[in-house]
Amino acid sequence: MLLIDCPHCGPRAELEFSYGHEAHIERPKAPEALSDAEWADYLFLRDNTKGVILERWVHSHGCRRWFNVARDTVTYEILAVYPMGAEPPALERKTYV
Amino acid sequence: MQARYSFFSLARNALGYHENWPEAWRSPEPKASYDVVVVGGGGHGLATAYYLAKEHGITNVAVIERGWLGGGNTGRNTTIVRSNYLWDESAALYEHALKLWEGLSQDLNYNVMFSQRGVMNLAHNQHDLRELQRRIHSNRLNGVDSEFLDARGVKEFCPIIDLRQGGRYPVLGASLQRRGGTARHDAVAWGYARGADARGVDIIQNCPVTGFRISNGRIQGVETGRGYIEAKKVAVVTAGHSSVMAGLAGFRLPVHSLPLQALVSEPVKPVIDCVVMSNAVHAYVSQSDKGELVIGAGVDKYVGYGQRGSLPVTEETLAAICELFPIFRRMRMLRQWGGIVDTCPDASPIISKTPVQGLYFNCGWGTGGFKATPGSGWVFAHTVANDNPHPLAAPFALDRFTSGYLIDEHGAAAVAH
Repeated sequence: MLLIDCPHCGPRAELEFSYGHEAHIERPKAPEALSDAEWADYLFLRDNTKGVILERWVHSHGCRRWFNVARDTVTYEILAVYPMGAEPPALERKTYV
Repeated sequence: MQARYSFFSLARNALGYHENWPEAWRSPEPKASYDVVVVGGGGHGLATAYYLAKEHGITNVAVIERGWLGGGNTGRNTTIVRSNYLWDESAALYEHALKLWEGLSQDLNYNVMFSQRGVMNLAHNQHDLRELQRRIHSNRLNGVDSEFLDARGVKEFCPIIDLRQGGRYPVLGASLQRRGGTARHDAVAWGYARGADARGVDIIQNCPVTGFRISNGRIQGVETGRGYIEAKKVAVVTAGHSSVMAGLAGFRLPVHSLPLQALVSEPVKPVIDCVVMSNAVHAYVSQSDKGELVIGAGVDKYVGYGQRGSLPVTEETLAAICELFPIFRRMRMLRQWGGIVDTCPDASPIISKTPVQGLYFNCGWGTGGFKATPGSGWVFAHTVANDNPHPLAAPFALDRFTSGYLIDEHGAAAVAH
């Protein structure tokens, strides 16, 4: 069970949140100009890092607002919580093999 | 030299107090070079090595495993085998696997305890019922045995299920695949390991792969914890760690690694002689030969590589099991664990060549890889040996994410994902 520190409501149990997968993926500005491979990249290909990952969460059973989280996917430690649209904080982007 | 297992060898060894059994497979030092290196010593990897040797005559093969054989998802699943998938491509692949299961103990000369006790998938509402009947018809058109049971039929097939209709999850009917069932998962890994070893495959445990050597877009070999090993071809079968392996080779995969958990109860006398699965509540239950209830739960909703699983998922599954089977309410759970499953956007596997020549990936089996073990190994061995996908594997290539030809088995595969 994760304890997620919602920037608006404070620390709450994982059960109150929904997951939005990888953060900082921008919808292509000119979708009609993309090749099939570029579409596949935007739609399907993800980092799926074993280590520190930047991801989106929404407090769906609370304030219903989205925010970004930096989390270690091995230790499950939440390293930072920061608003949507903000640059990711300077962190060591640790990875494991 | 391996001993053939038989009644006579058992009797002979009984006279020697079972102290003279030879080892089931060797633990050799890695050679400098192999024709094929299989990365990952789980069921799928070992099956790949076995069929490479047996069906394609490629015996200069190593299986490299970072831990111990079958210590990943092969030893962590709920051992269910079935083939009642909706789409033609999946039905063909899983049915091929099921046919191999039916002769596997004889083929391997190793008892994998395959028990065709029947797999029942429950419907709890009208929509479930319609989806289920659609799948049954689709299965029958594909030559997969599948039949419909109404509520009375469910009760006859599995008497301990609560059908008083007052519960939270009323049961309106079920699909039943009588040829489905369970197998002993460890034995599958060990049987394939023994069979591969007997044909000359080197099985190397406690040896992590830490990198790939690639030049001019072609694989040259693998860097391991025990030094560099040259390889003409490399076949990667690493389930939850597939993205990590792809990262080492310089490309990305469309998979998410999620913890999937399971648990077993204290052992009790025989009480359930089939497999019961519920799509809507994502709970499966069967009983092992030791008497433990084997219960499968859902995946965590977030990416994770910790082999444990989140408590709310356990709670939800157990609540559903208690609701469906009031008789289990006072049972104690003995162990809970998680395995890291690599899920694809369309809930179908990837069996494919990759952007690197001579490097092949078999991954993305998500929550249901165990049932496919023999078929997966069979088609992947063909793909690696011929550098060309096996006809059954061709629809499952990586390029489906570019072409858009997805095989959407979400929910259609008889379980909700």
